Amino acid sequence: MLAWTIYISFIGVLVLMLLPRDDARAARIVALLTAIASCVVAFVGAIQQANPGEVTTIVKVPWIPSIGASYYLAADGISLVLVVLTGLAAVTGILFSWNIEKRTKEFFAFYLALIGGVYGVFLSFDVLLLFVFYELTIIPKYFLIARWGSTRKEYGAMKLALYSFVGSHLVLIGLIAAWVVARAQTGHASLDLLELSKISFPLGFQHWVFPLVFIGFGILAGLWPFHTWAPTGHVAAPTAGSMLLAGVVMKLGAYGCLRVAMVLFPEGVRMWQNEIALLAVIGIVYGAGVALVQKDFKFVIGYSSVSHMGFVLLGLATLNSIGLSGAVLQMFSHGIIAGLLFAVVGRMVYDRTHTRDFNDLQTMQLGKLLPFAGVTFVLAGVASMGLPGFSGFVAELQVLMGAWQVFPKSTILAGVGIVVGVAYILRAWQKAFYSDAVVPAKSGHDHPLEPISMPERIGAVILLAATLVIGIFPGLLLNWIQPCLNSPLSMFARLLNGGPQ
Amino acid sequence: MNTMPWLTILTLVPLIGGIIIAGLGAEQKRLARGLALAFSLVGLAGAMCLWNHFDSASGDVQFIEKHEWVQSLGIQYFLGVDGLGLLMVMLTAIVVPLSILASWRIDDRAHIYNALVLWLQAGLFGTFTALNFFHWFLFWELVLIPAFFLIKLWGGPRRGPAATQFFIYTMVGSVTLLLSFLAIRLATGSFDFIELAGMAKSGVLASKLGAAFGWKNIGLIVFFGAFLGFAVKVPVVPFHTWLPAAYTEAPSPVTMLLTGVMSKMGVYGFLRILLPIFPEQMRLLLTPLMWLAILTIVLSACAAFAQRDLKRILAYSSINHLGYCLLALFAVTGAASGVNLPELQKAAALNGVLLQMFNHGLTASALFLFVSLLEKRSGGLRGLDDFGGLRKVIPVFTGLMGIALFSSLGLPGLNGFVGEFLIFKGVFPLAPWAAALSTIGLLVTAIFLLTLIQRVFCGPLNARWSKMPDLTLSERLLVLPAIALMFILGVWPQFILGAVDATVVKLVQQLNF
Amino acid sequence: MNYFQIIQLAAPETIVVVTVLAVLAMDLIALRGRSVEQRFNAGALVSIIGCLLAALVAMARHESFNLMNGLLVVDPQTDFLKVVLLILTIFTVLISVSGKFTEHVGEYLSLVLLATIGLMFLVSSEDILMIFISLEMASLSLYILTAFNKRNARSSEAALKYFLFGGMSAAFLLFGLSLIYGLSGSTNLSEIATGLAGKGLDPLLLVAIVTTVIGFGFKVAAVPFHLWAPDAYEGAPTPSAAFIASGSKVASFFILAKIMTFGFAGVEGSAVWHGYVSGWMPVIAIVAALSMVLGNLTAIVQTSVKRLLAYSAIAHAGYMLLGVLANTPASLSGLLFYVITYALTVLGAFGVVTVVEAATGGDAIRNFAGLSRRAPLMSLCLLVFLLSLGGIPPLAGFIGKFFLFSAVVGADADHLGLLWLVILAIVMSAVSFYYYLQVLKQAYVLDAAAGAPDIKVPPATLFALVLLALLVILLGCAPGLLTQFL
Repeated sequence: MLAWTIYISFIGVLVLMLLPRDDARAARIVALLTAIASCVVAFVGAIQQANPGEVTTIVKVPWIPSIGASYYLAADGISLVLVVLTGLAAVTGILFSWNIEKRTKEFFAFYLALIGGVYGVFLSFDVLLLFVFYELTIIPKYFLIARWGSTRKEYGAMKLALYSFVGSHLVLIGLIAAWVVARAQTGHASLDLLELSKISFPLGFQHWVFPLVFIGFGILAGLWPFHTWAPTGHVAAPTAGSMLLAGVVMKLGAYGCLRVAMVLFPEGVRMWQNEIALLAVIGIVYGAGVALVQKDFKFVIGYSSVSHMGFVLLGLATLNSIGLSGAVLQMFSHGIIAGLLFAVVGRMVYDRTHTRDFNDLQTMQLGKLLPFAGVTFVLAGVASMGLPGFSGFVAELQVLMGAWQVFPKSTILAGVGIVVGVAYILRAWQKAFYSDAVVPAKSGHDHPLEPISMPERIGAVILLAATLVIGIFPGLLLNWIQPCLNSPLSMFARLLNGGPQ
Repeated sequence: MNTMPWLTILTLVPLIGGIIIAGLGAEQKRLARGLALAFSLVGLAGAMCLWNHFDSASGDVQFIEKHEWVQSLGIQYFLGVDGLGLLMVMLTAIVVPLSILASWRIDDRAHIYNALVLWLQAGLFGTFTALNFFHWFLFWELVLIPAFFLIKLWGGPRRGPAATQFFIYTMVGSVTLLLSFLAIRLATGSFDFIELAGMAKSGVLASKLGAAFGWKNIGLIVFFGAFLGFAVKVPVVPFHTWLPAAYTEAPSPVTMLLTGVMSKMGVYGFLRILLPIFPEQMRLLLTPLMWLAILTIVLSACAAFAQRDLKRILAYSSINHLGYCLLALFAVTGAASGVNLPELQKAAALNGVLLQMFNHGLTASALFLFVSLLEKRSGGLRGLDDFGGLRKVIPVFTGLMGIALFSSLGLPGLNGFVGEFLIFKGVFPLAPWAAALSTIGLLVTAIFLLTLIQRVFCGPLNARWSKMPDLTLSERLLVLPAIALMFILGVWPQFILGAVDATVVKLVQQLNF
Repeated sequence: MNYFQIIQLAAPETIVVVTVLAVLAMDLIALRGRSVEQRFNAGALVSIIGCLLAALVAMARHESFNLMNGLLVVDPQTDFLKVVLLILTIFTVLISVSGKFTEHVGEYLSLVLLATIGLMFLVSSEDILMIFISLEMASLSLYILTAFNKRNARSSEAALKYFLFGGMSAAFLLFGLSLIYGLSGSTNLSEIATGLAGKGLDPLLLVAIVTTVIGFGFKVAAVPFHLWAPDAYEGAPTPSAAFIASGSKVASFFILAKIMTFGFAGVEGSAVWHGYVSGWMPVIAIVAALSMVLGNLTAIVQTSVKRLLAYSAIAHAGYMLLGVLANTPASLSGLLFYVITYALTVLGAFGVVTVVEAATGGDAIRNFAGLSRRAPLMSLCLLVFLLSLGGIPPLAGFIGKFFLFSAVVGADADHLGLLWLVILAIVMSAVSFYYYLQVLKQAYVLDAAAGAPDIKVPPATLFALVLLALLVILLGCAPGLLTQFL
């Protein structure tokens, strides 16, 4: 049933293409209905999943038998978490794009194509199929940013597309090499993830293939120092674009790191474990530090995404059950929180004030003019800081616990990153909403700002509810994630059992 | 045990109240205030009920609620109060309505203000009743947000930096606290305070930490992380620099909360968490810790003496009073090994600590209340030199504030005396040199408080204030309960001691090994 | 063996020959005085019918026959390739139908068909003499097709360059082939292989290999024999360029693969990393590597879309040479898949360029601005074609690359010796994405100049483009449809 999330999205694309050219309203409604449908399917399918600890096949038909590729969609607990995230992100992204007037149907067509591709990645258990969906998402991303973005949109879009493309091609090299070696070892060709995960690749081979594939996926996940596309891209993107980019697309990279790179090459991970942890921690601290000194509101959030993804990568590097669990939970949590933050910055503030410069925003007293935006940003900021009660805390807690066992010094540095994270959010609060700066007597904004519209409110409430619910009842998601990781027959068994628990 | 989740309800009442009030419009100020007062009074009633039903003979935790929350991580929803917790809950329940009444005149976004105060109360109730680290930490952190915004949005001219400094300092401490407890959890598999205390007593904790980490001094590092978290909150010199700014810039009713209850969170943390779980490390570091306590007492008193702003004087004085609590705490821990001292001494000291916490909470809130009343009359001025000879114009005010000031000074017959007396009584045998040095603090406190009285109330009348109105009837009714309590507790401290003594004894037994 | 049987064996070619005569006759006799448009439509109709007929005949028969020791080989594989060539011709004709570059309709169409005949003979020969003859037949037609736009000086210039280069490389090729004959004693490929085996690497043989590679390298526009390509593609009338880029590539690569893997079977040498052994493999490896790098890097700076496609063709030739290099059955079928889908794609791309050129007067990249508004359906086809060239799934270009690269790496599974070439290919492929995206950026992101009218796409062209785009998508999602024949 979960496969319908993909199909519904693409059907939505087709329907949108057939709509008359300038009917923005119809386009929005079609897009929203499609997203809601796919979200509902995602939730229902996830809840219906009898045993999240195992991989449940949805469909498996041979595709290209000569190379062993099959159209193989399946889901385990981790897929479910990310599929649900995608559903939420899809719906709220559309709600926050309700005001797009220019070429609306094309915007939503690209948007839904992106969503469909993302669902596909999270549900694919054939490596080639996963790769197909992964690359598929690059094109809609490019157009969404290049056409409907803001600051330096064409440059940002091209940079993002090229980085993603290079990353995915690094992965391709690794995949082809692995496929060849696997075929030589077993005598028959296969691209089935589960089959490949049982193969022991030679150690020398893993030594260079693993970093290649990991970095290839890591580029999209914002691995330092390959993260430079992220701030530019996020800032250039339109609000829904940033929400999806930071919220979901960066998770594609992390998911690929886990599902493909780490599962296929467990010894390879161990060889490079310390380096990954180091890069992750640098990302956490660097991202937070740079966010602290930005003058543009959106750049703060963009860099904060790099910092939060650093936690995901740190969790992955721990190679123990709790760290990995934290990494997956952080993927979900950050997806929601980043969506919220970008929604506030992009849609609520920028679309009204047309400036993101703190010096300008300071004089506007937005805390009084847009109280809903202020409160939303406070709550989102607090969640981003990792305050208990919100989803980020449980995730970071797990990552830190996992990291303590293996990298104590890095854990302390990560703690520093958390503190800096507090600082830049505080700064953003001060400068954007609650500043004490003197309001100039004759400001250029004599006209009142448009009030926060209903779609925005609904979107904000959905996201806030999600992060609160998971913050208070993390078991809801952990019940999906942990059986998956802990089952002795799972694909992660080789990864976890070889190292310290 | 009771089947009704009293403690959960107690915490939920202000939480829900806050949500309701926040939903009101900006124009419904009276409704907002009225509702806030009502909810806080419900909280007070609840606390008094708890007090009545509390079994003073037992030192154990009562009104327990324990549920699995996130099993895989060892996180439980674990509430309970013993004497210490109950005392703090009571303090919160008393101070918050007073604060709400004191802020009756705040108009700007009254609904948000009152909602924030109620959420602060919910967070405080939660902190004082939680017994599992995760659960406790959640509320510990949650308290910060309303406090931050209360300072930031309604504070004085330099409120921005004050609020930021407050938040960041506390967060740094929180992060180190978190890291330390994660390490503990990793080593022992538990987040439960009571369990961990048991482990520390039997020496299992240290060995487990050593086994899990392999660092020689891991115990010390973990201790230091936790210590930092609480040291910032109390605050202990030299981590106190955020306090004067925050207390001064916050509106006085908020300062009542800050000094009355929030500062007690730090000492509570020392008592509930640090002392039972890290006694060995505290013993190891006894001398430096004692010096820190002494420094806190003496330096803050001297600093208070040098201030010109009434609120700043009282802020430093707060630090000073809490320093005594720490002095006793450290002395009690430090003396447990080797020296075979009667438990009575230690019990006395700890009783003194608890009393001091409660009394200072009451007195300091009352003092800031008076300051706010004074500010109202003076149009915001509160400098030491702005006033003079006020007792001629506002005799009732002078009398009542005088009582509070003398209580703070430690005059026998008033509540401030008993706590300090017990503390010194307990500390002298355990660490005489420390007690001796700390009396300097007492001396300096006397000096600056008397100076304050002299400058503000006595001497020639400042002509500016010749028409200053005295306390109105409602204001008198407002301060009366606090003043009454000061007298009652001054002559009958048993009222509190009776409830907490069993807990204190249990705590002391905890440390005896 | 009587003539009737020979004609039966060469039935598809014969049918096309008849079509040629029919088209010429019809145009020069029956349609005198009609408008260019009508003559084109009529001629195209006849050509298409003829090609379809030939294709049907080729598909329907299932014989295997080797006429005169390799002069004409009929087997299912070659028949399939002939069908492909005929289909490409049909599409080319559809695209050229609305062309305004010439009035010599009959001659134009006949030349296209004649080139097709040459190519068809090319794929079914296993005798080096026949190979050369067919190659020349096709090439001569293509040279003239390049020059067909008499009104444009660049067309003549392009054709002259093409002709001179072509002539020279034909000379090289002939020289090489004669050396081979001398060394092995036969003109039949399998006999050549036995003849050369065991002889070791004679210096003369090396010369022969190199010159053969030069000859074919020119044909497929590989570096450093590519210098004619950009000018030819740019100057020629766009439908001719389309045909050069598609049909002749298919045939040339097939034959190159056959010669190298079949004829030079004993002297491959090796192009493995750190494992250099002299033979034809290292030579091809170097040519391939140079083509991939040069083609992609130079394409980045182009402003004319036709030149961009030319350099991209050079790059793709590099990828395809890798398929030749791998020398396994899997790689051969991968190569064929790749070159066929490439031909379809590039034909479509050139088709779009034809329309845009006619509507906006030029083929500069900026002429494509706002295409998505001005001609949405055609723009969508362009999106499909360019993304397929870039290798984006789920289009045919990606699957082709995957087949090819995995076959190449798989050729040396134990040591992954050819991986370095594949890494180079993949990296360069990533680079290519940039310039394809530039064109798409114009079409989808930027707006047309104010007031630019909608572009009306001629129905035949639109039909061809949509069909091609659908084929590209279909073959990408279900490549089995094509691979079953290879």
